[in-house]
Amino acid sequence: MNLRKKAFVALAGAAIFIGACNAGTPTSGGGAVAGPDGALVKRSDIKIEIVTHGQAQDGFWGVVRNGVKAGAAQMGVTANYSAPGQESDMPGMVSLIEAAIAKKPTGLVVSIPNPDALGPTIKKAVDAGIPVVSMNSGSDVFKSLGVLAHVGQTEYEAGLGAGQRFKDAGVKNAVCFNQEVGNKALTLRCNGFFKGLYDKEDGKVLTGQISDPTGMQNTIAAAIQADPTIDGILTLGPSVAKPALAAVAASGKSIHLATFDLSADVLTAIKDGKMDFAIDQQQFLQGYLPIVILVNYAETRNLPTGNGQGLIMTGPGFVTKDSAADVIALAAKGLR
Amino acid sequence: MASTTTAAPKAPGSDRLRQLSLTQRVLARPAAGALIIVIFVLIVFGALSFLRGNGAFLSRAGILNFLDAASQIGIIATAVALLMIAGEFDLSVGSMVGFAGIIIGIAVTIWGLPLWLAIVLAIVLATLLGAVNGFIVVRTGLPSFIVTLATLFIIRGLSSVLTSSVTNITYIPIDPAKVASDPLASLFAWNLSLQEPDGSTSFLQVSIIFWILMAIVGVWILGRTRFGNWIAGVGGSASAARNVGVPVARVKITLFALTAFSAAILAAIQSTRFTSADILRGTGFELDAITTAVIGGTLLTGGYGSVAGTFLGALALGAARQGIVFADINADWYKIAIGTLLLVAVVLNNWIRRRFAGLT
Repeated sequence: MNLRKKAFVALAGAAIFIGACNAGTPTSGGGAVAGPDGALVKRSDIKIEIVTHGQAQDGFWGVVRNGVKAGAAQMGVTANYSAPGQESDMPGMVSLIEAAIAKKPTGLVVSIPNPDALGPTIKKAVDAGIPVVSMNSGSDVFKSLGVLAHVGQTEYEAGLGAGQRFKDAGVKNAVCFNQEVGNKALTLRCNGFFKGLYDKEDGKVLTGQISDPTGMQNTIAAAIQADPTIDGILTLGPSVAKPALAAVAASGKSIHLATFDLSADVLTAIKDGKMDFAIDQQQFLQGYLPIVILVNYAETRNLPTGNGQGLIMTGPGFVTKDSAADVIALAAKGLR
Repeated sequence: MASTTTAAPKAPGSDRLRQLSLTQRVLARPAAGALIIVIFVLIVFGALSFLRGNGAFLSRAGILNFLDAASQIGIIATAVALLMIAGEFDLSVGSMVGFAGIIIGIAVTIWGLPLWLAIVLAIVLATLLGAVNGFIVVRTGLPSFIVTLATLFIIRGLSSVLTSSVTNITYIPIDPAKVASDPLASLFAWNLSLQEPDGSTSFLQVSIIFWILMAIVGVWILGRTRFGNWIAGVGGSASAARNVGVPVARVKITLFALTAFSAAILAAIQSTRFTSADILRGTGFELDAITTAVIGGTLLTGGYGSVAGTFLGALALGAARQGIVFADINADWYKIAIGTLLLVAVVLNNWIRRRFAGLT
């Protein structure tokens, strides 16, 4: 009994450890690919660490991870993806970056959702001579931290574009549904959206949790009932789009609906004319391109400069009724 | 008093029986505090909705809206309350919602099973996992808080591993046509649509019916069956219960299995209604369910509690959550409202218990 108890405690401890840090999964390219002659490092020796704030559990970040996998496989390098157990866990992310630095990788890829919390640690990696590329969040700060390049979309401009499209469609009173209050990127999306729509960064924001789709639907339904003049809804992720669709359908009104990011059912709704558009930031490339950039930089010191400032845009693209059908199958496979 | 003096032949009431007024008898029920909380929430948000908006909170559409919100947590909370009365916790119940949904999603989209079979499979698997929870607790004698904390991580991890190895995506859309054509799935996705005067449609969702049915069954089990007596006995004192012949292990394992079963029912409802499975579903539900049971007058120490109170607790949470939106208040206030409700409910329940139920 005693031994069994001990064994159980050890098992439970291990489970807690695994759950708490949700640590990395190495993807190995197999080493079959050779780099150019005269390269500074051997292809199979290249190890890249990726630390993001997005759990692989989230649909969006699953696609990023598939991009990382594809990049590592095509380049024939080892890539190790890790993320904290909670999206907002910045101390957790700092310690993951610290651990990545300690492994002395050939290159480091990070997302920068919170520059104040992560800046010093990223700086530390740069000072240690590790080439760093940032992705997804951090387009406004990467340069000042010494990060070589940033692959992503600028959130404010993406929101702005959505707001202008709503304005063109004649929307007068819109809400922005934020499923992750406190994430700076999402706040910027809503602010940009209201700027594009009303020409001021202020409007009605609803909140909810992805974990509770019924709650999100009821919140949107309640908002429409409480304010019948609402004629537009922007959601900041596909997991929110489905409950929003249900709430809009029940209201019996024609309410313009758009979302950030893609999923198979969002695309079907766009194809069927139930949603106006989806804002596509092509997050597959946000996982894929940093791997390619870092491999080339490590081997030959070649570095794309993007807009001249190191900013490489993957979005915003807008998927509308005309283009939705083409990408549905790819989204279902986690490639879009 | 006058009537008793005139009825001379009637023997005086035994002085060994205490006379209780109606108020005392009502307040002595474990659910009394929760009833007061529900009435308070309905009045406050009803008034706010009238003052700040168009009073939609207490319209038919508004009521169906917050009943639906309440039913999500209520479906799980009945089983969680019974488990807490038996003196145990289940922190893994939220992760079980996500896991059961993923099983349904994968079984349909990847393995090509018919939807009804996928739902049955998810319910059976979840129930078995729940029984494993109970088995570990009973066999090791460890606090269920720790054991189910561990299984929370294991089950969430299992869902991640399953999705990343089988589907590559953690949000699995299910073909709506399959839901519509499947007999079991269309039961879980059923709703009664009602036409509102303003041209909108409101829905009596099937989740509300499941919630009420589960609460009725729970009230019946706890109050009218031998198993119900065992539950309270096991939670009061497991060793005393064992000494009088109660199969303590069987009671606890059954309740853990029941809790996981109710999580799978919720997963089936969510995945058919939203025609999708998402690995993140159910995150944090374990604490919501415990909150609901505690507002309903269930003690954390076990041995005392109420399914009817838990039903009212879920109603209070659902009404408060949607009431904030109807009253056009920033939704950030929801958690503050929940925390306040919980504190007030515990203090109120405690006071009522001492003052009227004669328990300390």
